[in-house]
Amino acid sequence: MSQSATTRVLVFSTNNISDPGIDLAGSRHLHYSPGVVVISLPCASGIKPSWIVHALTHGFDGVFIAADGDECAYLTDCSKRSAGIAEQAQAELVERGLSPNRVRLAAVCSVCAEPFTKQVTEFVEDLSEAVV
Amino acid sequence: MSERRIGVFICHCGGNISDYVDVAAVRDAIKDEPDVVVAETTIFACADATQTDMVQAIRDHNLDGLVVASCSPKLHTFTFRGVSRRAGMNPYLYTQVNIREQNSWAHTDDHEGATRKAIQLVRAGIAKTRLSTPLTPLEVETTPKTLVIGGGIAGLRAAVGLADIGLGVFLIEKEPEIGGWVKKFGTMYPSGRQGGKLIDELIEEVRRRPEIVVFTNAELVSKSGSFGNYKVEIKISGEKSMGLALDVGSIVVATGFDTYQPEVGEYGYGIDGVVTLPKFKQMVDSAKGELVYHGRPVKNVAYIYCVGSRQPEGNAYCSRYCCAATVHASLEVADVDPGIHQYHLYRDIRTYGKFELMYTQSRERGSVYMKYPEETPPTVTRRSSGQLTVTTRDLLTGGEDLEIPVDLVVLVTGMVPRKNEKLTNALKLPVGSDGFYNEIHPKLRPVETVVDGVMIAGACQGPKSSYESVASGLAAVTQSATMLKKGVAELDPMVAQVTPESCTMCGLCEETCPYDAVSRTEYEGHEVAQIDAAVCKGCGGCAPVCPEDAIDLRGYTDAQIRAMIENLAEVPVV
Repeated sequence: MSQSATTRVLVFSTNNISDPGIDLAGSRHLHYSPGVVVISLPCASGIKPSWIVHALTHGFDGVFIAADGDECAYLTDCSKRSAGIAEQAQAELVERGLSPNRVRLAAVCSVCAEPFTKQVTEFVEDLSEAVV
Repeated sequence: MSERRIGVFICHCGGNISDYVDVAAVRDAIKDEPDVVVAETTIFACADATQTDMVQAIRDHNLDGLVVASCSPKLHTFTFRGVSRRAGMNPYLYTQVNIREQNSWAHTDDHEGATRKAIQLVRAGIAKTRLSTPLTPLEVETTPKTLVIGGGIAGLRAAVGLADIGLGVFLIEKEPEIGGWVKKFGTMYPSGRQGGKLIDELIEEVRRRPEIVVFTNAELVSKSGSFGNYKVEIKISGEKSMGLALDVGSIVVATGFDTYQPEVGEYGYGIDGVVTLPKFKQMVDSAKGELVYHGRPVKNVAYIYCVGSRQPEGNAYCSRYCCAATVHASLEVADVDPGIHQYHLYRDIRTYGKFELMYTQSRERGSVYMKYPEETPPTVTRRSSGQLTVTTRDLLTGGEDLEIPVDLVVLVTGMVPRKNEKLTNALKLPVGSDGFYNEIHPKLRPVETVVDGVMIAGACQGPKSSYESVASGLAAVTQSATMLKKGVAELDPMVAQVTPESCTMCGLCEETCPYDAVSRTEYEGHEVAQIDAAVCKGCGGCAPVCPEDAIDLRGYTDAQIRAMIENLAEVPVV
């Protein structure tokens, strides 16, 4: 098993924006670590900070929020909300003595195949090198 | 918790999954999971025969949960919800697990890793299904009108089709006139009829139908609402600019293409006597008795194919229509003046289908075809003598270098995506790496986009001939009929719900919902929040703000997501 494959990242994606972007990465056969798994939700503003903490206390090394950014069809302030959710989770991690850098957020659009692959690969590398 | 009876089907997808994932190992890893009573692999889960088998399995084993691990939920959620429904099982007890786009295809370099990940994903799907509850889709009335954007051949034909199935149509065109590219075309293959004439007839058909309202000089500014009930704002320019708000149920985007514009110096572009294919077509269409360029008769023509197409940098795609268009133009040239020498310098000739007959005809009528190597394309110069000369290597005659004196060089340019940033942003349409709009699936859902109720037709989706454009326009008509003719649309019942026992009516959910879906009600003597299912959009944005964790999004409940996380976190041994 390669080093990167042992690094476990949970991605929260969104059904209409970032999940199609992640699908497109696969359709183009762009490679990233199989340690990366995805749960898709309607909107990044619906992620509970407690889910992020739950993931990081149950075996995941990192949580990557593939947010809707400004493209969210539901909420005009989705970017602000999802950033707030990540910050709330980070604060709770700090309280538990865990690194807040184990949570990363980036907007991933419906055709952001390369950006997603690049960002999640960098995150896996940072986590596996224990940079974060 | 009571026991469940879950069926799990793991798809090979031909080899798209099973070439990289050991699907039998996945089945063996999950078959003894609690509540799993059926665990099977299948070559194609979406095949009719497999669907029938699934219906039978649901009935035989009295299943109350179904997991299909196959492709993206974008493709087959509705297929397998349909299977569930046909078997008498509530469709929301079905979970689609994506082990293709988000697994096998992304990990073609790591079979063991992909197999391990597939097991995790399927286990998470089972965990989610175990906690699923039967749901009833919400019904909303739909607006029986469609907005068609673009008045070219695809948009016009779609408008006529939509009106004929009884839908109201608004057709908006950015230009002062409708008709698009085809209006400017001369003789077209295979009918031999004039493009302008075809469009005139279509416009006449549009005029005859009062259900179609046409706005020219008109552009879409914004879109709000949801599938079945969109509100669109239109801006009409001109002497009196005005805005217009329209209610429509669906939108067909048929904004067409632009033609590739070569850079100065590209294959001699900029030299007098070097023209693009569209320019040449105009010359041929207006030629009478002889072909004339700048007052000089044209006796020798060279066509250079694939200009701006199939390039390592720039447009990588084949523009498809240009080979056929050029071969067709050469036949027209032969009709004008059979004495003209025509030299076709090509990389590959792609005259697919019936166009192949045209290619044979062109050679029979004297056109000479020469294949140039990709790495040494032809060059175009004007000699000091004034002679326009094309130098090329002909692979078909042993790679000989040839110099061809000509009167005219035609650069066979293809279609490029039209720059439509404002429209793309307003509709949030996905754009592919080639710059054209993307459909959900080229074969299974060829005119639908990820934006529900917004369809694409014609060459805005990629290079197409006019008949292919019309075919896709009519596909968008059928799709609109499917969506709007029932008068009601089913919406996913994945809306937020309040657990009244836990609610303290702090009011945070009321504040956070921009749709005013939250109101107050009485529950066992205390005030609690309640969510109007018909108003709730299902974003789940209220769930994280509730300090009591009293809000759940149906289909994505707290318990389901936590169970999924736990199953994904567990690394299987393969």
